[in-house]
Formats: sequence, C-alpha cells, structure tokens
Amino acid sequence: MIVAQQKPIEEIIEEIKGYQKILIAGCNECVTVCEAGGKKEVAILSSALRMYFKNQGKDVVIDEVTLERQCDREYLEEIGNRVDQYDAILSLACGVGAQFMSEKYIEKPVYPGVNTCFMGANEARGVWTERCQGCGECILARTGGICPVSRCAKRLFNGPCGGSTNGKCEISKDVDCAWQLIVDHLKALGRLDDYEKLMPIKDWSTERAGGPRKVVKEDVEI
Amino acid sequence: MSVKTPSRLEKVLAAGHMAVTSECGPPRGSDGDVVVKKAELIKDYVDAINVTDNQTSVARMSSLAACIRIRQMGLDPVLQMVTRDRNRIAIQSDILGAASFDINNILCLSGDHQSFGDNSKGQNVYDIDSMQLVQTVRMMRDEGKFLGGDDIARPPQMFVGAAANPFADPFEIRVPRLAKKIAAGAEFIQTQCIYNLDKFELWLKMAGDRGLLDKVAILAGVTPLKSAGMASYMKNKVPGMDVPDELIKRMKGVAKEKQADEGIKISIETIQRLKEINGVKGFHIMAIEWEEKVADIVKGSGLYPRPEVD
Repeated sequence: MIVAQQKPIEEIIEEIKGYQKILIAGCNECVTVCEAGGKKEVAILSSALRMYFKNQGKDVVIDEVTLERQCDREYLEEIGNRVDQYDAILSLACGVGAQFMSEKYIEKPVYPGVNTCFMGANEARGVWTERCQGCGECILARTGGICPVSRCAKRLFNGPCGGSTNGKCEISKDVDCAWQLIVDHLKALGRLDDYEKLMPIKDWSTERAGGPRKVVKEDVEI
Repeated sequence: MSVKTPSRLEKVLAAGHMAVTSECGPPRGSDGDVVVKKAELIKDYVDAINVTDNQTSVARMSSLAACIRIRQMGLDPVLQMVTRDRNRIAIQSDILGAASFDINNILCLSGDHQSFGDNSKGQNVYDIDSMQLVQTVRMMRDEGKFLGGDDIARPPQMFVGAAANPFADPFEIRVPRLAKKIAAGAEFIQTQCIYNLDKFELWLKMAGDRGLLDKVAILAGVTPLKSAGMASYMKNKVPGMDVPDELIKRMKGVAKEKQADEGIKISIETIQRLKEINGVKGFHIMAIEWEEKVADIVKGSGLYPRPEVD
C-alpha cells in the first residue's frame, strides 16, 4: 500500500488559516490502513483544528468527510454537491488522491494534510517500511524476492557495498542491508550460486527517469 | 604478462614487481597547488597516485581535475570514480575527458552514501553500480564503444581497478564478490585498510583456492593509525572496518606522543608480513591527510626505490 504520514499541525494551520469554511477529506484506502488519513484521523485533526481556531478567537467552520477512494473520480463525485460551500479542502489522501481531488474541483484550493512517503507494508503495530519504488521492471525473481531498488540505500544491482556490517546498512544500524537479506534468501532457496550472475545495467526508462508514466490495458479500455 | 594500456602501474605489475600506490585527497578549495604539493611528497615512493572522488561524500575539488594536474607532472594518476554522483552520460564523458589527458588508470567505486557528508540532503544517482562501471570502462576500452553502441574515436586506454573489502559482511560472499568483479573486468583490486591480517589472509587463501589470484592483481590496503583514538574511531564508527582489539590495546599502551610512530611501525610490519603472502601483488597506502609519512612506510618496508619501467 501507499504509506503516508500526517503533516505537522503547525504546517497545516499555516496553509489553511486564511479560510472560513474548510472541508477535511479522508480516504478509506491506504491512508486508513496506515492511520494517516482515514475517518479516525480526520476526526482527530478536525477537533484539534477547531480547538485551535476557537482559542484564537476565529470563527472557522471545519466539516469532515471520508471518501471510499480519492484516486477515483466516481467517489470524488460524492462531494460534488457540497464542495461549493467550502473555501478550501484539506485532503488527507495520498498525493494521488489529493491531486485527483484538485483536478476534479479545479476552482477549489486543495491542500495536502499528509506527506506521502512510499509503497510499503505494515512491519509491526505502528511501523511501516518501504518495499517498492515502482521502477516498472520487477527484478525480484533474480534477487531472492528482495528488492535492491527500494531497500538498498544505493540501489545497487550487484551489492552489497563495503559498508554492510552485521547485516545492517552503512547509513544506519536501524536499516537492514538489502544485500545481506538477498544473500540470506538465496541461500534459503538453495540458489546462492545465482549471486555470482552479473546483473546488467538497468533500463531506468520505465522508472521516474522516463517521465510521467501511463499504463494502458487495451482489453478493458472503453 | 603483456600489458594492454600505457599505465605505469600495469607495467610495474606486469614486470613482476611489487607495486606501490598511494593517494591524494583533493582540497576543499580551488588551489591546485595543494594537489601538486601532495603529489610531490609521495611521487618518488609510489608507482601511481590515486585521487579520491569526493570521499565520505564531502564536496571537494574534482578527482578528474586533480588527476590532470598529477598527470601534467609526468606521474601516473589513478582516477577514482564513484557512481553516486554521475549518471551514465556523465560517467562516459568524464572517462573520455580523463583519457584525453592520457590518464591511464581508473578505480571504479560505488562511493559512500551521501548521508555521511556535508550534503546529506542531496540526491544520489546510482544509475549504475561499481561492477557495471568496471564493465563500462572495459567496453569503452576493449570494444571502443559507448554504452549506446556507437563507436568511440580514440577509445580510452585505462587499466581498470575495483575495490574489495574482505572485512565487510556477509563474509561468505566476499570471495564470490571478488570473482564477480573480476568477471566484470577488474584487472587490479585495492582493498580496504587491513588491520585484521588473519582474516585478510583467510580471504586471500579462499580467493586463491578459487583460482582468482592469477586473474587480478591484489594491492593490499594499508592505513597508518595516527593515534589510539583513531584506531577506536575506525573500529566503532567506520562501516566495514575491522580493527582487532589487540591493535587498539597496542596503540593505547604507547605514550600519546609516540602513538603516531607506533602507527607507522604497525603499517610497516603489516606490509612486511603481507609481502610474503602468495597473491599480494602490491600495496595501496592510504595515509589520510598524512601524505608526508608515505616515504617512511615505503622505505621502512623495503619497497624503495621504485622500479624503472618504460
């Protein structure tokens, strides 16, 4: 899933303090699972903001809504008849949802309430870690199911570098060395010989480097 | 052994001599005389001079510019190049720029992560990794082609090196990793600083058992310790460094003002022991901001004078 983290409330206040009526829009998908922008977080943030503005002696209306998905025009339409009532929308969806909201309601200022961090998984209660950078050409088959693009700080295709120590990355003792994990997995699979296969230079044109990307599935296109 | 390039380092090795290289860290400023002075200090004691490439991710004068100065002194520089800061266009371009000044050695590295340096908020590139850089230089040299397949007019003539750290983890792939670098095209290897000689010798033996030592020239890395504090720092703070406790104890057991001398002594003992080991073809002396001591180490370990080659 897409993992996001709520922005500091000071930053949010700085962005929206000039408005009288604000709609805070959550999303039921990834940001709900990572507890950054679901119904619960919308409610908590809304209360905090109401309290803040009240203490400032400002009369600001803050309403709440949580959509099924903000990365889907169909669901965005659900608030079509209410949007005009607001001066601004604070979206707690990921960068995709917030942009889709902004594109849909082009005359309404849309502010992001979260920082979109990465594609990752729930490692433990309250902990999410990165697993994929969407490079557009998956190589997991050749790396024992561990991704060096997203998990090696240098995205080395023929790692590990000389900084790997006790299974940890040179950047931090809290970060696993992806290549230690790759070697461990290859060993568990009985395929350690594969380690010696030189990985060729990667075609990065399927990644961010190639410009904004698009996937078209012709059989379902209308 | 026939030579493939005009590299002095390659010729020294091909003639069967124990090679000696050392290095100059470029200054954090634009005064080129700093490079010249450092090179003057070591030139009579080494066969080739490495120039580090923004080591520890701290921005400095470029390795290429410093190499050009050293080349213009009639010496044999080793252009260190990290893949952290350049994409494949810049890499090929800098290789050709270096070759245009007849810089005949390159050491292919991935480079320290930028978080160590003074630009920790910057991007890293890593379009290719160090092994792929080795492959790239070999392709440019041997096939006379760019990565894109076009012909290069006057291809680079570079002796191609890579680094190896026998002390990093996981240990079990340290030799396979060396094999991989050789398969990529590495012709010489400069190792991480060696303090744990037993582990280094084990690594070398394992490499020998796989028949790798005939395929590549291993230059053993030696860094003199300036103080007991430096020894502890290397052990605890520098990733992938193996400094045995006995060594720290030995440094601590010497009065502070004598510790630098002890560090030089240890380096000389290291070289003397490793000189006798099968597969060690030379030494790479990394006297970090201590270039004036290279002469003492080389003389002390019986590696002076350096051989003449044409």
